[in-house]
Amino acid sequence: MSASLDAVLAELRGRVTAAHGARRALRLKGAGTKDFYGESLAGEVLEVTAYRGITDYEPSELVITARCGTALSEIEAALDARDQFLAFEPPAFGADPTIGGVIAAGLSGPRRAYAGAARDFVLGAKLLSGDGEILNFGGQVMKNVAGFDVSRLLCGSLGILGLITEISLKVLPRPRAEETLRLELPAAAAVESFNRWSAAGLPVSGAAWWQGGAWVRLSGSPPAVRAARERIGGESVEAARARAWWESLRHCQLPFFGSRVIWRLSLPATTAPLDLPGDPLIDWGGALRWYADPPGDAAIREVASAAKGTALCWRGAAPQGRFHPLPPALERLHRRLKERFDPHGTFNPGRLLKGL
Amino acid sequence: MSKADIAAALRIVLPTDCLLWREEDRRPYECDALTAFRQLPALVALPRNEEQVRQVLKTCSRLKVPVVARGAGTGLSGGSTPHEEGVLLSCARLNRILEIDPLERIARVEPGVPNLRISEAAAPYGLYYAPDPSSQVACSIGGNVAENSGGVHCLKYGLTVHNVLGVRGYTIDGEPLELGSRAPDGPGLDLLALAIGSEGLLMVTTEVTVKLLPRPPCAQLVMASFADVHSAGNAVAAVIAAGIIPAALEMMDRKATAAVEPFAHAGYDLDAAAILLVEADGTPEEVRDQIAEIQDVLRAAGASTLRVSQSEAERLRWWSGRKNAFPAAGRLSPDYYCMDGTIPRKHVGEVLDAISHMEARYSLRCMNVFHAGDGNLHPLILFDANDQDSWERAERFGTEILELCVELGGTITGEHGVGLEKLNPMCVQFSPAERAAFAAVKEAFDPAGLLNPGKLIPTLARCAEYGRMRVHRGALPHADLPRF
Repeated sequence: MSASLDAVLAELRGRVTAAHGARRALRLKGAGTKDFYGESLAGEVLEVTAYRGITDYEPSELVITARCGTALSEIEAALDARDQFLAFEPPAFGADPTIGGVIAAGLSGPRRAYAGAARDFVLGAKLLSGDGEILNFGGQVMKNVAGFDVSRLLCGSLGILGLITEISLKVLPRPRAEETLRLELPAAAAVESFNRWSAAGLPVSGAAWWQGGAWVRLSGSPPAVRAARERIGGESVEAARARAWWESLRHCQLPFFGSRVIWRLSLPATTAPLDLPGDPLIDWGGALRWYADPPGDAAIREVASAAKGTALCWRGAAPQGRFHPLPPALERLHRRLKERFDPHGTFNPGRLLKGL
Repeated sequence: MSKADIAAALRIVLPTDCLLWREEDRRPYECDALTAFRQLPALVALPRNEEQVRQVLKTCSRLKVPVVARGAGTGLSGGSTPHEEGVLLSCARLNRILEIDPLERIARVEPGVPNLRISEAAAPYGLYYAPDPSSQVACSIGGNVAENSGGVHCLKYGLTVHNVLGVRGYTIDGEPLELGSRAPDGPGLDLLALAIGSEGLLMVTTEVTVKLLPRPPCAQLVMASFADVHSAGNAVAAVIAAGIIPAALEMMDRKATAAVEPFAHAGYDLDAAAILLVEADGTPEEVRDQIAEIQDVLRAAGASTLRVSQSEAERLRWWSGRKNAFPAAGRLSPDYYCMDGTIPRKHVGEVLDAISHMEARYSLRCMNVFHAGDGNLHPLILFDANDQDSWERAERFGTEILELCVELGGTITGEHGVGLEKLNPMCVQFSPAERAAFAAVKEAFDPAGLLNPGKLIPTLARCAEYGRMRVHRGALPHADLPRF
C-alpha cells in the first residue's frame, strides 16, 4: 500500500476512534448514491472515497479485492478488460457508487434470481471497528468455513456494524452468448412461464415483465442460448436495445422509477398476481415486484406478508419505517449484535433499524 | 447438575424411547467421523418433532446444561463431539421431506434428511439439490447447514450457503427463529449467512428450505495426465483463465491414484505425477463444445494424455476412484487424517512440493486429493492411531500444512469446519480481536454459552498457550527448512 493510502486509512481510523471515544455518531459515506436508502441518515459525515483502488485482481483466481472507496465503474472496467463481470449486477442509479456502498447496501440487479445476490459473491471483508481494530473475515478463496461468516453478514448491513474498508468478491467470466426475447403475455402467464423455463433448465439470466410484455434474457454457451430461443419463441430484441433495457432495469432508470411513491416487494417467485391496484414492474422471474403509488403502508405490508413476502418503501414518505418490520425475536438478535459490534452506537445509527 | 436430575427433567418432556442413558446406548454417539476425539455424552435425546426439540432446549437452558446437536455424525472436525456433562441432541428422527414445489424449485425438509434423499425425491421433477459432499448418502442436510458443506461441484453450483434459502429453528431458550425466506433479500441483517456454517453454536435447526436446480441432461468427463504437479496446477488456472467454469475440476496426485486403482479399477494413468478430472455438464451440444475447449486448454498446458469419457458408465467409473480416495487411504494404513486447507489456486504446485518435503520430515506418507477448481486441498496423512508418536506426528504434519495455507493467503478449513480439531490453527488465522468478534456473535445468540460449547472459537488462554508452544519451537516450526 502506498504511503498516501496508509495516511488515508490512518485518518479514517483516527476519525473513527475519536468519534467512538467521544460517543459521537458517524454517518459513513461513499459516493452518496444511496442516501435515499435506509431508515434515517444521522451522525457527522465520514467520507471514505479517498480510500480507494483495486488491491488485487487475478482473473484466473476469479477474485477481485478492492478498498471500500473504489468506484464501481473502475472495478467493472478492470473486469471487462478480462472478459469478466460482477454477476449480481449491482444497481448504480445512474451514478457511480463505491464498492463499499454496493456491499454495505447489498442490493442486486436482474441477474440476482439466476446468478446469485451480492452476498453470494462476497468472499472476504475487512472491518474497521470503533476501537480502531481492522478485522479480517473470510478471504480471497472460494471455500472458507473458518469461523462465523461475518463477511457475508456485513453485506446488506448498511454500515451499522463498522466501516467496511476492503472487500474481496468472486467474479465470473462473461457469458459467451446473450440474447433477449420479448413476448406479449399477461403478468400471471409471464411469471408462470419464467418459472417453467427455469425449471426446465433453460439458461435464463433475466426475466422481467412490464406493461403487458415479458422480457427474457438468455445467457450461456451459444448452443444452449440458441436452443432456448427456439423453445421460448417471441421476438428477438436487437442487442444494443436489449442491453439498454436491462441496464435501465438494473439501475432503476426506467420511466417507471419516476413515480412519486414506489414500493419494492420481495416474494416467492411463483406468487400469483397480488391484490393491489395498478400493474407492477416484475423482475427476478416473479420474486421482485415494484409498485408505483399503491395504497398506504399497512395495506401493502399486509398483502406482502400474506404472500409470505416483505415490502420495502423505496421512495416516498414511510412514517412506519422503510423496511418491513422484523419479528421480535429477530429484532432482539439485531440489537444484541449491534451492542457487541458497536457498543457506543458509533456507526450509522438508525440506518438499518429505527433506534439501532 | 447430576445426570439423574437432567434425565428426570427430560423425561417430563420426552417419551421414554426418545432418551438414551445406558452407557451401551450412548456409546455410538461418542464421536463423529473424526474418531480421534471421543467423549461419552451424559445423555442422548432423540426427539421426533420440532416441539420436542424446543422442550429439550428449554429444559437444558433452564438447568444450564450444554447441548450438542448432531446430524448423521459424518463430520470430519469433531464438531459434534459430545460434551461430558451435556445432552447430545440427535436430529436423526426429524427426517421427513415436508414439501417439494417443482415450479418454485424448492424443497422444505427436516434436518435429519440425508443430502442425497433430497435429490432422489426431486428427481421425478427433473430437479436435484446441488451440493454433494462425498458423504452425501449418509450426511444430513442439518449437518450440511451447520458446516456449510461443499462437494465436488461447488465451483459452478456453490456451497450450502448458496443453495439454502431459509432455516427454521430454535435458540437455546427455545425461542423460534426463521432466518432467510423463499422471498429473496428480506429486511435486516443476513442472519441466515451467520447460521450456515455456525457448527451448532448459534441455534438448533428444525427445518431447511433448499433451492433445487434442473438436472443437466448430459455430463462428460475429461481425464488428463501430467508429468509433474506444477504443470497440473498451471493447467487448472489455464482452464479458469480461458473463461470456462467446469462442473467439477479435481486433482489427484500419483500417491492417491496408486492407492485407489487396485480396488476402484477406475483406469487411472498410474505413470502420471498428477491427473486432473474436468467435467462439463449441460445440453449435449453445450457439453460437446465445452469438452473440446477444455481439451485444447489442457493440451496447451502440457497434458501428456487426454481421455474423454465415452459413456455414462465410464464417467462414473472415473469418478468412483476419486470418491473412494478416503476408503482407499483406509486400506493402505490403519488410520488416516484428512486435512481441508484452501489456497489461492496459483499455489497448488508449491503446496504439493512442500507437503512432499514434510512427508520425509515427519516420516509419514501423505496422498493428495484436491478440489482444484476451488483451491481446496484434502491431503490424507496416513498414520497408526495405536502408536501415540505416529498420531502426534500426524497432527503436527497437518497443522503445518494448515499454517502454510494461511501464509499463502488461504484458510485452515474449506468445507470440513473447525469443530474441536482446528481450534489451534484458528489462533494462527485470526487475531485476538477477530476471535473476540466471533465470541460476540456467539454471545448475541447464546449468552449462556450452552450450545456446542468449546467448539469453533478457541479461548484466549488456549491461543496464548499455543503461541508459547510455537515460539518455543522457533517462530515457525522448522524455521531452517525451505518454506516455499
